[in-house]
Amino acid sequence: MSILIYAESAEGKLKKVAYELASYAKKIADQTGDAVTAITINADDVSTLATYGVSKVLKVNDDKLKAFSAKAYADAIKQAAQKEGSKLVLVASTTDSLYLAPLLAVGLEAGYASNVVALPESTSPFVVKRNAFSNKAFSYTEITTDVKLIALAKNSFGLAESPVSLTEENFAPALNDADFAIKVESTEKVTGKVTIADAEIVVSGGRGLKGPENWGMIEELASVLGAATACSKPVSDLGWRPHSEHVGQTGKPVASNLYIAVGISGAIQHIAGINSSKVKVVINTDPEAPFFKVADYGVVGDAFEVVPKLIEKLKAFKAQNS
Amino acid sequence: MKILVCISHVPDTTSKINFVNGDAEFDKNGVQFVINPNDEFGLTRAVWFQEKQGAKVTVVNVGEAETEATLRKALAIGADDAIRVNAKPTDAFFVAKQIAEVVKNGGYDLVIAGKESLDDNGGMVPGMVAALLGMNYVKSVIGIEVEGNSAKIVREIDGGKETLSASLPLVIAGQKGIVEEKDLRIPNMRGIMQARTKPLTVVEPVAVASTTRTVKFEKPAPKSAVKLVSPDNLDELINLLHNEAKVI
Repeated sequence: MSILIYAESAEGKLKKVAYELASYAKKIADQTGDAVTAITINADDVSTLATYGVSKVLKVNDDKLKAFSAKAYADAIKQAAQKEGSKLVLVASTTDSLYLAPLLAVGLEAGYASNVVALPESTSPFVVKRNAFSNKAFSYTEITTDVKLIALAKNSFGLAESPVSLTEENFAPALNDADFAIKVESTEKVTGKVTIADAEIVVSGGRGLKGPENWGMIEELASVLGAATACSKPVSDLGWRPHSEHVGQTGKPVASNLYIAVGISGAIQHIAGINSSKVKVVINTDPEAPFFKVADYGVVGDAFEVVPKLIEKLKAFKAQNS
Repeated sequence: MKILVCISHVPDTTSKINFVNGDAEFDKNGVQFVINPNDEFGLTRAVWFQEKQGAKVTVVNVGEAETEATLRKALAIGADDAIRVNAKPTDAFFVAKQIAEVVKNGGYDLVIAGKESLDDNGGMVPGMVAALLGMNYVKSVIGIEVEGNSAKIVREIDGGKETLSASLPLVIAGQKGIVEEKDLRIPNMRGIMQARTKPLTVVEPVAVASTTRTVKFEKPAPKSAVKLVSPDNLDELINLLHNEAKVI
């Protein structure tokens, strides 16, 4: 038997989450005595997966799959799982994988648990720990079906090397017209900017910044750190920043390594959305701001003084450590 | 056009989350329940289609009698009628099966759900409904126009957006952007009065074997206190982030 992972790539290059997923799968495989197989779609070099415990790769190379189609991708992964007889299928929590996963679950008649944050509590019965109630609690969920599908939460496991030898095999799933019924007309993408989804570090601004004209220092702090910029809900509602930057319970979730909140008081809905981040820093004039209760590090001070100073010091630090 | 909007009945975003019965069940005591925010954006867009294009809007919830107040609120916002599938929503697949049955029986052209609910955060019901019925499905929808049998949909992607075209019937999972926050409607007295007499049909569930089961819940461990750094000693902050937290 094998555990199947969908190792996602972008422009032919495997994403970091693919290696995380492989590491996670290998840990389970070691417990259950299985091997890890990966399916890749239009990825060029897949040999690096061996380092993280993948012993077989089913390589799909098909021009029809150049543009993402949730249905077609789900179909391809389903056929790979069936071919391999996989009882456990794993995907990452990327935009695309979370889009296709419910289709895959129905296709495989698999019980599906998303937001999974740790290795299974037990594999028989199969119980996983997942985020629920918008990160305000965990739920232990048992998957009761024969075939099981898991979406591993962002930044929840990390990389673990476990080199094995790897076989590559070309795989051509049977796809049909219905897989491509949704047509992509146009795409608008900001290039050269770190997205919140991929960012290791996120710098976020709130109403404490007083107006959109003051975002220059947030952008600069982000650029020094190689971070994405984000904002609180009031800031996006006021139109100071685009909706795509709104993070929180009703906006985007953030699960970065480092989250820096500037002038954000820390409403319960905001905290829920960013709580999966590993380390949280708050800069706020009000020592009573609720954000201080959930942060790891805090600076009580005026953002307009602290942030420019922090930028200068970080620049010096980066210059020394690069 | 017949639109079905799926409504989740969820704790208000400010709710304190606690559990009872040996951490097996959510503690509803003192909790205010609301229309799931992602669903409310979709509902508001549906009501727009009703007003501008003569669509008929039905709302559906899979839940026990207590969720009817939430369905009435959706009616007060402008939906024409409501369906409650009389069952405890045990897992996403169970809910998806019930909704698929309602869609099949009602012949809906467009099914709108939120991209995820704020209680379970599964993000799977609308996709499962589409897959069960073989309908087209688009997730993370931030805009939709319908003309005749075809829809133009804007979907949020990492770092941008894409415009898609698809034919009806269609299932979409919406979020903020499908309408703006300012477009959300607070029901007025007239809406509330009308909602009382709008049809709310209760149907019994179809039999479905659940595919997952919640064993128990757990609250996160209490956090250690914040380490404060003086604004005059930011080198210390950088030192902590580099050497202690190891994140820069």
